[in-house]
Amino acid sequence: MNEYKTEPLKSWKKAKELRQKYYEDYQNAHAKGGIRWTGGAWSFDAIPAGLGNDVYNITGEPYGASIAFDKKLSMECLEAAEAKGWARDLCSYMRNYWGSMYLNKYAFGGEYPQPDFCFQDHICCSHAKWYQHVAEYKKIPYFCIDVSVGPYKDLDEDRLMFVVNQMHESIEWLEKVTGRKYQDELLIEAVKNEMRSTSVWAEICYLNMNKPAPLDEKTMYSLYVHGTLAKHNKEIADFYEELRDEVKYRVDNNIAAIPDEKCRLMSDTQPPWGFLKVFRYLEKFGAISVGSLYTFGLIGIWENKPDGTWGPRTTPMQKGENITTRDQALRLLADWNLCKPEWQHFYDPNLKTEMMLQIVKQWKLDGVMLHLNRGCEGLSCGIMENRLGIAEAGVPVMTFEGNMGDEREFDEKRTVTRIDSFMETLGYDMQEETAKTA
Amino acid sequence: MFTKFFEWYEKRHDYARDWLDKNDGEVVGCFCSYVPEEIIYASGNLPVRMLGSHEPQDVTEPHIFGMFCPFCRDVLAQGLKGRYDYMKGIVIAQSCLHLRQTYTSWKNHVPEDFSYYIYMPNKVQTEHAYTYYATELAKFKKAIEEWTGQPISDEKLREAAELHNENRRLMREIYELRQATDPPLTGLEAMVMVASSFFIDKKDHNAELKRILPELKSRTLDRETGGRLMIVGSENDDTEFIKMVEGVGATVVVDDHCTGSRYFWNEIKFNGNIVQDITNRYIDRPPCPTKDWEERTRFPHILKLAQDYKVDGVILIQQKFCDPHECDMVPLKEYLNGNDFPTLFLEFDVTVPVGQIRIRIEAFLEMLGVEELF
Repeated sequence: MNEYKTEPLKSWKKAKELRQKYYEDYQNAHAKGGIRWTGGAWSFDAIPAGLGNDVYNITGEPYGASIAFDKKLSMECLEAAEAKGWARDLCSYMRNYWGSMYLNKYAFGGEYPQPDFCFQDHICCSHAKWYQHVAEYKKIPYFCIDVSVGPYKDLDEDRLMFVVNQMHESIEWLEKVTGRKYQDELLIEAVKNEMRSTSVWAEICYLNMNKPAPLDEKTMYSLYVHGTLAKHNKEIADFYEELRDEVKYRVDNNIAAIPDEKCRLMSDTQPPWGFLKVFRYLEKFGAISVGSLYTFGLIGIWENKPDGTWGPRTTPMQKGENITTRDQALRLLADWNLCKPEWQHFYDPNLKTEMMLQIVKQWKLDGVMLHLNRGCEGLSCGIMENRLGIAEAGVPVMTFEGNMGDEREFDEKRTVTRIDSFMETLGYDMQEETAKTA
Repeated sequence: MFTKFFEWYEKRHDYARDWLDKNDGEVVGCFCSYVPEEIIYASGNLPVRMLGSHEPQDVTEPHIFGMFCPFCRDVLAQGLKGRYDYMKGIVIAQSCLHLRQTYTSWKNHVPEDFSYYIYMPNKVQTEHAYTYYATELAKFKKAIEEWTGQPISDEKLREAAELHNENRRLMREIYELRQATDPPLTGLEAMVMVASSFFIDKKDHNAELKRILPELKSRTLDRETGGRLMIVGSENDDTEFIKMVEGVGATVVVDDHCTGSRYFWNEIKFNGNIVQDITNRYIDRPPCPTKDWEERTRFPHILKLAQDYKVDGVILIQQKFCDPHECDMVPLKEYLNGNDFPTLFLEFDVTVPVGQIRIRIEAFLEMLGVEELF
């Protein structure tokens, strides 16, 4: 008998529509006289927003993930990249993206839309290099901001200003390559929207501390993605507020993501996008992944609260701060992004272990599943030290090897077997009714 | 003539222990050639770049996931096995994700008195990198001063910078001799000369360079030069590989490696503010691929080397899984081929299957038309 009631998420339809609109807007931007740019999901998308209201972007990582979800297209893209000579162990999002570009196939139908420029930021070894190649191949201008100035705990004025100075430089560059006059008021608006989107997403994840969890991680993947597409966008910030209200409603009314929540887990890094059914497999044990540092902190912005808990970061607007100038907006934007949880462990795995253990404690988890993701060296950086740290803290941890965007490197059967063993060590059996049909 | 360099290369730990016996300072391990050694040296300590051992090992699996390069795992293995147990400090200057895992694991599991991560900018192609990195180096200098309890005067820094410049100048002068039709040194000798400079007090290294230089200028090797090759790519101190290449009728006459020419190619220019001068040198270095964007400045540099050293072909090597180099390999190959330099791509691991690679090298040399070999 089901322990908790469940119901479909009302925001689901809007989430799908927004996502569809995003990719269509990009595709149709030129037809409407607009600007089209491409860059990473972590790029400072609020900055090009100052060029006008008809500026549309496509972010490479979610685009690569969308391709990965379509196994046939993904294989074509990966093989196209390999045919050019690129190594198979490079970032699989990047290879999916490049393949789509080489094949001139847009994952959402039609031809690969020609971008007007590339705008990226660099923290892992592949980030700047990804769009260096796109810019060369497409013969378009390119600007990339270096954000690798160390972890947020060590941030000081010099480190912050290295990023802010590059941001100022990027605006001069944007004006030069587009011939448009930059509008500071649009930048300020976009910065506010980004802060709203990313803080509210953290609030949504925070609500998932509730037992039963109102959201499962597989569902969260479809929702967090908007923050990776255009976190500066008003529609997305508004959508996240609506979603937050709905999740709060679910918490208040004990509406669960899965009906038999017994065991609470979290995962790590991007999932193997072609095999999200692994998360459904967990449900056979009454187990739910309530999120991960990746789901919470790739886009969500957090802060340590006075009581020692981790919660959504208070925005400058919530503090009553009025943003009025370009420099102020850029300083706030840089500071806001540099505290992104998923940037911290690029410098030290201990920082990630601490954050993961904080999540384990605060979200009351029973165990951790680490995806040893061959597709992303950035988020896998230091992951074996995380495993050691988590295990040493007495938290059950399992690993499974895979690739977020290259299905050839994911062994579904082996992963399922590992999950079986892990659940057994945690003391959970496959639920009776499921076991009969399994 | 190069005996001393080979001895230093082989017995690097003995040299370091001996140095510790004779000096007041400590040995400080450097994980990358972007670490500003001058500052460590000026503090009275010996900077030592840590390299792998080219031995298969099984101690790093709990610490570094297998998709990261064999070099970073090989280096970590040296620490975990206690090969550097005489060392008291470690420093990394930001370069690739792979190596920083080695640094962080080392910091976690190998006891050291001092560790420091220098947040070297990756974007060196912005004027802001110069001011930013100077402040980072000033912080690093302060940290070393606090560790040793001794201030580092500008005079000491300048002396160290001049000593390191001399080392760079001498090695570059020796490299330039390789432009001759019949170079007076082999690629193996050049490799060991540069690699040993990572471990040896620059005073000793310079003395040896100055000793051999006059004689080297008139040296004639008892071997045919054969095909003139350049090697380009990631970290490389694989002596077995270069021995093999030079054993089948070729000579490596130049390279672009962080363990080769990139380490010493440019000097510090003195303009009055010594920390800024050191900064400028590292920002202006022939870059590692991870720092070579948005423009590709390393490609024309590599092309010029290939032209100046009149190479017949270029061997592109990379450590398996080395993302920065993998991101450059395809366009670099196209660039060199487009400029009439044939290329051969080889992927390296901790140990290299010399037999298999020999066949590919021989085929490459045959393709280059080095007929006297056959």
